[in-house]
Amino acid sequence: MSGTPRTGAPFIVTSRTGDATRPPMEEGHTLNAYLASGGYQGLRKALTMNPEEVVAEVLASNLLGRGGAGFEAGRKWSMVRPNPVRYLVINGDESEPATFKDRMLMERDPHQLVEGTLIAAYAIGAAQAFIFIRGEFALGMERVIAAVNDAYRHGAIGANIFGSGFSVDLVVHPGAGAYICGEETALLESLEGKRGYPRIKPPFFPAAIGLYGEPTVVNNVETVSNLPWIVSNGGAAFAALGQGRSTGTRIFALSGHVVRPGNYEVEMSKLTFRDLIFDPELGGGVRGGKSVKAFIPGGASAPWFGPDQLDLPLDQDAVGKAGSMLGSGSVIVMDSDTCAVRAAWRIARFFHRESCGQCTPCREGSGWIDKVMRRIEDGQGREEDLDLLMDACDNIAPGVSWPPAQTTICVLGPSIPSSVAWSIRMFRDEYLLHIKEGACPCP
Amino acid sequence: MAGLTPENLARARETVALYPQPRSALIPLCHQAQAQEGWLTPDAISQIAELVGVSAAEVRGTASFYDMLHLEPVGKFLIGVCTNISCMLGGAYELLAHAEDRLGIRCGQTTADGTFTLEEMECLAGCDGPTCVAVNYRYFPNQDESTFDTLVDDLAAGRLDGDVPCHGTVSRVDRTVTLMAQRDEVLAERAASDRARSERQAAKEAKG
Ligand SMILES: Cc1cc2nc3c(=O)[nH]c(=O)nc-3n(C[C@H](O)[C@H](O)[C@H](O)COP(=O)(O)O)c2cc1C
Ligand code: SF4
Ligand code: FES
Repeated sequence: MSGTPRTGAPFIVTSRTGDATRPPMEEGHTLNAYLASGGYQGLRKALTMNPEEVVAEVLASNLLGRGGAGFEAGRKWSMVRPNPVRYLVINGDESEPATFKDRMLMERDPHQLVEGTLIAAYAIGAAQAFIFIRGEFALGMERVIAAVNDAYRHGAIGANIFGSGFSVDLVVHPGAGAYICGEETALLESLEGKRGYPRIKPPFFPAAIGLYGEPTVVNNVETVSNLPWIVSNGGAAFAALGQGRSTGTRIFALSGHVVRPGNYEVEMSKLTFRDLIFDPELGGGVRGGKSVKAFIPGGASAPWFGPDQLDLPLDQDAVGKAGSMLGSGSVIVMDSDTCAVRAAWRIARFFHRESCGQCTPCREGSGWIDKVMRRIEDGQGREEDLDLLMDACDNIAPGVSWPPAQTTICVLGPSIPSSVAWSIRMFRDEYLLHIKEGACPCP
Repeated sequence: MAGLTPENLARARETVALYPQPRSALIPLCHQAQAQEGWLTPDAISQIAELVGVSAAEVRGTASFYDMLHLEPVGKFLIGVCTNISCMLGGAYELLAHAEDRLGIRCGQTTADGTFTLEEMECLAGCDGPTCVAVNYRYFPNQDESTFDTLVDDLAAGRLDGDVPCHGTVSRVDRTVTLMAQRDEVLAERAASDRARSERQAAKEAKG
């Protein structure tokens, strides 16, 4: 295996075998275990620096956001509107289908998340921080709340933390079951006690007008979980891992028809999708020795790839150039027996169920697509249905290209064509066979 | 029936105090009310409305947006079977059909004795263990028909009561600390820090 481990840790972490970043993992979530492995040293070091020096380290690390959009964390922090009240909100809503790395980070390593959150709060001068946790993550919630209680007692949160003169409070906030609340402005609405309707940008960029109208930084759980390491080891050390803009390590959530589904933390850009799927220490190959029919490189919102793209590196820009995205870092593998229509339908149905309904193309389009796809899968399709589907996609994201054109308030809508249109383009014959035979032809 | 108990009312007030604006506590309070009754009773909704300073209709309207908040009673155990992409590739729909047979109810229904409610779920972020089943949001990964039957038997016999609390209990760990950073002190601190920062910036510019 090529790649460099993060300090003190096997660099492969899988939720399957019980390995993870910080042994011994059974107690890895407790304060004592965390302190024994150097926990809270990053925060202590950050507090000896000026906030702008912390920002400079993170800029030097070129840490890209791990929530989906891949925006540089340091740059996001630099854009916060100057204002006495600033908020930090950590996005732990993780609901993108096939993404399960933030859940692991919250359950296994809650103190790392808390420490990272506090470092970010110090860097941006946040008056108060929140960790928004997906409501379904009962265990994650218990672990993070316990970590916050313990961190207060340890003097890491509250007034004058570690005697530094910096004060900050941290509140864990539960979601209540709505994928759209992962979108940062919907998340802020939800945190304000409202329905999770995304806000229109501009003007509602959180850095300008965020929580309660005050400037706010929203960062993903995995993004801030990298901060203790970056501050302890320096931004340059992080940037020395990976290649180009894709620096450091990243957790890839691998699922579908692989022998060893799980979370794998690997150095960015150094491995290919083929390595991730087939390496015996990673995915271990396709189940039953079958071949890859298609894979999705970055969560259900990302356009599909065929086996010809398996040799692409796990690199944000390379995947972007090839016409999809690394997105939330989740890779879904479909073997040669998979019904492409059924797989695409299930993803389309998800978006239909989760559309918040504010924008007509998203609300109506997703409903149509769900129905028509279902009808094809059930053998009731007509040949015109394929044009109908492509038209519906074109209505949501004109041109149906990647990155998609946006006619809607948020990018949930424009993500709908990623499975529908791309599967039609790749597997048109299979769609037609469903229609001709009046039944799903797959095993 | 079924307003918040005095202890839960006290807990609700502490929760409200954690937020800069009371309305932010609306969803946490809904969870707390559900932990007590399993669903949002009209009485609880009125109490929450009063605690966060909005109308009961507003609480109900907000709650109805969220899958986890229930305006109707729910079984003691809410069994959720994920059928999203990774679980589907691992046979989730077959398991869901089996679950309907086993429990004798359709998705969305509750057994006559009020023990089980069955729901089809979107991705639970347990995709490394397909099919992922959650009971009151406690996860049981890698389910097949036979493990599912055992799970249902164990739940019915109360053998999992220690692992799976009654419906509505999201976190069994409570926050035990109040806010410590006094707001006006924090603001003064930030103002001083911002001033120091611009002075450093100015000094740097003067030098370079
Ligand atoms: C529909 C939708 C769902 C999203 N869900 C999540 C999510 O569950 N977790 C997350 O961190 N970001 C999610 N995002 C991205 C966030 O809007 C935001 O970009 C991210 O939290 C920023 O953090 P980062 O810069 O650290 O990546 C979602 C975006 C959209 C449009
Ligand atoms: S695109 Fe869809 S989910 Fe996003 S705001 Fe519009 S209707 Fe809501
Ligand atoms: S697809 Fe079932 S848990 Fe993710």
